[in-house]
Amino acid sequence: MAIPIAYNLRNLVVRKTTTLMTAIGIGLTVAVLVADLALVEGLRTAFEATGHPLQLVVMRKGSNAELNSTVTREALQRLKSKPGFAANGAGEPMISPEILTVVNLPSVDSPNGMNLTVRALSQTGVEMRGAKIQNGRWFQPGQREVVVGKSVAKRYPNAQPGKRIRFGRGEWDVVGVFDAGESAFNSEIWGELNQIGADFNRQDTVSSVLVRASDAATLQALENSLNDDRQLGVNVVRERDYYEQQTSAGAPLQYFGLLVAAIMAVGSSFAAMNTMYAAVARRAKEIGTLRVLGFSRGAILFSFLIESLLLSLIGGVVGCLIALPINGVTTGVGSFATFSEIAFNFRVSPSTMLSGVIFALIVGAIGGLFPASNAARKEILTALREI
Amino acid sequence: MNVFNYLPLITKNSFRNRRRSVLTIGSLMVSLCLLVLLMAMYEALFYGREQTPAQAVRIMMRHRVSLAQPLPLAYEAKIRQVPGVRAVSVRQWFGGTYRDARDPKNFFARFGVRPKDLFIAYPEYVIPEEQKQAFERERTGCIASKSLAEKFGWRPDERITLVGDIFPTTLELKLVGVFEDPNNRFEILYFNWDYLRDSLKAAGTLDLDFTSQYLVLADSPDNVPRIIKAIDDMFDNSPFPTKTESEQAFALSFVSFLGNLKLFLLAIGGAVTFTILLVSANTLSMSVRERIREVGVLKTLGFTPGTIFGVLLGEGMMIAFIGGVLGCVLAAGLCVVLRNAPVPMPQLQALTVTPLIVAISLLIALLIGSLSAVVPAFGAARRPILDSLRHTG
Repeated sequence: MAIPIAYNLRNLVVRKTTTLMTAIGIGLTVAVLVADLALVEGLRTAFEATGHPLQLVVMRKGSNAELNSTVTREALQRLKSKPGFAANGAGEPMISPEILTVVNLPSVDSPNGMNLTVRALSQTGVEMRGAKIQNGRWFQPGQREVVVGKSVAKRYPNAQPGKRIRFGRGEWDVVGVFDAGESAFNSEIWGELNQIGADFNRQDTVSSVLVRASDAATLQALENSLNDDRQLGVNVVRERDYYEQQTSAGAPLQYFGLLVAAIMAVGSSFAAMNTMYAAVARRAKEIGTLRVLGFSRGAILFSFLIESLLLSLIGGVVGCLIALPINGVTTGVGSFATFSEIAFNFRVSPSTMLSGVIFALIVGAIGGLFPASNAARKEILTALREI
Repeated sequence: MNVFNYLPLITKNSFRNRRRSVLTIGSLMVSLCLLVLLMAMYEALFYGREQTPAQAVRIMMRHRVSLAQPLPLAYEAKIRQVPGVRAVSVRQWFGGTYRDARDPKNFFARFGVRPKDLFIAYPEYVIPEEQKQAFERERTGCIASKSLAEKFGWRPDERITLVGDIFPTTLELKLVGVFEDPNNRFEILYFNWDYLRDSLKAAGTLDLDFTSQYLVLADSPDNVPRIIKAIDDMFDNSPFPTKTESEQAFALSFVSFLGNLKLFLLAIGGAVTFTILLVSANTLSMSVRERIREVGVLKTLGFTPGTIFGVLLGEGMMIAFIGGVLGCVLAAGLCVVLRNAPVPMPQLQALTVTPLIVAISLLIALLIGSLSAVVPAFGAARRPILDSLRHTG
């Protein structure tokens, strides 16, 4: 027969100060873990939301990042002659040659300046990414105008509509803010292909080409035909995979956070152990009484373990509550693939919170196991005689 | 009251419940160790270690936007004319791929340099004279830092192929030497800049008069800030604006790539400190609660409330202090491990627990110890004798 859980709950309430202090201690540990997981989750969300399943990024053979890639006009012409591209509303093939560069602007986090990706593209490229203008308007052909992603507008005081930014050979007017869903494109600045190309002396080459296959069946065929064409000399990656790979930019922070949470967990489980040993010591007589009433050693062990788990459960919930306010907070990490910053939001999702609670329960189980077995091993007579 | 008279009593009390004391100290030790590590990391990342004389005069100059952007070679002569500049040389970031780029282990810094200039700028490099001369002599020669050569198990005359990505060329290099930098263990490879230019010319690249970085040497550390400003002002309105900074600041600029570490470190440090406070306060209040009757007895024996308050405060401080000392020892040990860890973060090699950090963390420990004892100690000291003696529990 098991001891009712109500007994444990009442005990936790009676020692409310101790319970609360231990729970908050565990809670802070959980909060660090949840925040770390939320960071990784946010970064992953940004990259997973980036890219169309039918689209391919075409780069020069040997290049793994658009910034390091060059595709010549001849290669572009050759590429256009291949079959299998989807057509847009106007009946043109969805092929978007693009030029990438970086600019350095002061951000909220680093006043000394952080790099941002500037992407020069055509209207087709904008269309292929499904971006919408949030306020202001799109850049006009033939004008020195750019639009900025919504994350950029939020984090860079100088990248606002009506202001001007400097790169290439002069200044550019910021004329609008675009919204590219949850994707990493929100961290970019977009301008017109020919304008920017002229500024960087790149009329003859582009950085990369984004193409869309007409359907899933032709996607593989198109990928193979481009990759196998030696004269073309390109490396084709699915857009989804290309961005997913960049999630690793958050790896150093992720490991750092996990390490900290693990070390804190050791400290917290010691604290939980302390609390539970004290609980066992104070209730020695009660344990004796319970044994006299016929509860087995197993039931005692189980009961104290449950109590410890309840304690840590409170801690886990407290930790999630502490970590919750960072949900949606924007931060950025640099990616060495683009030499620029990607902004993303922390995401405290149900699954990260669940991980936090499970983590708390593990801490509670470790902290409760020894005190509980200590309680279960008590001899009835000595237990009853203890004060 | 004389604190030392009560030291035996404090010590005895601190360890009356050995298991609890050990667990509390263990918990504080782990948390304080973490706090020390965070502080050491903060220092290593944002302050760096003291500069060596050779390092203090080195200035790095690059395109304002990024390392991937080129600077015209014509700048070299202009920089040379800035007063206080002792030498100028090129440093070309190559990028490219060694073996398979998908494995991040294959990533290391590769720079094209003028061999003679390199050894002038880095007099601290330890390299046998004949290897030095071989690097200066052989066009396709390259030298690697010891940590890099060891990582790949490179032997003398090893063939190293770097496939370009920024540059449309492939470099076939031969390892002619291995150098050791006594100050850090960067994984870095230097090859001959002239060889890169030759092979680019062969590949049909027309515009060769570019470099990604200039390495400028000042004649004295005092002139460094002035030179930096002079250079950046000179090119401010050119199509290739520059960012010039001391070598140390240059290394720091990579830290910002990891995200807003400063804020993260502070937030975690705050959380850890608060956790320690909770753990310590919890233990002390548990321990005081058990002793209410005993405190009553002490009072009947003539101990004043002030003394009792002091003794309990001392107990908290003692436990926290022991935890702090052990935490510092543990952190110092972990620093050694982290310094040798195979993480691509050169700044971590400066990770050390400095006396200042030890002092700060012990102070925090003492503060937390006394702070956490205040409430229970005050309660115990104020409780009337009869009430205390009657207490059960």
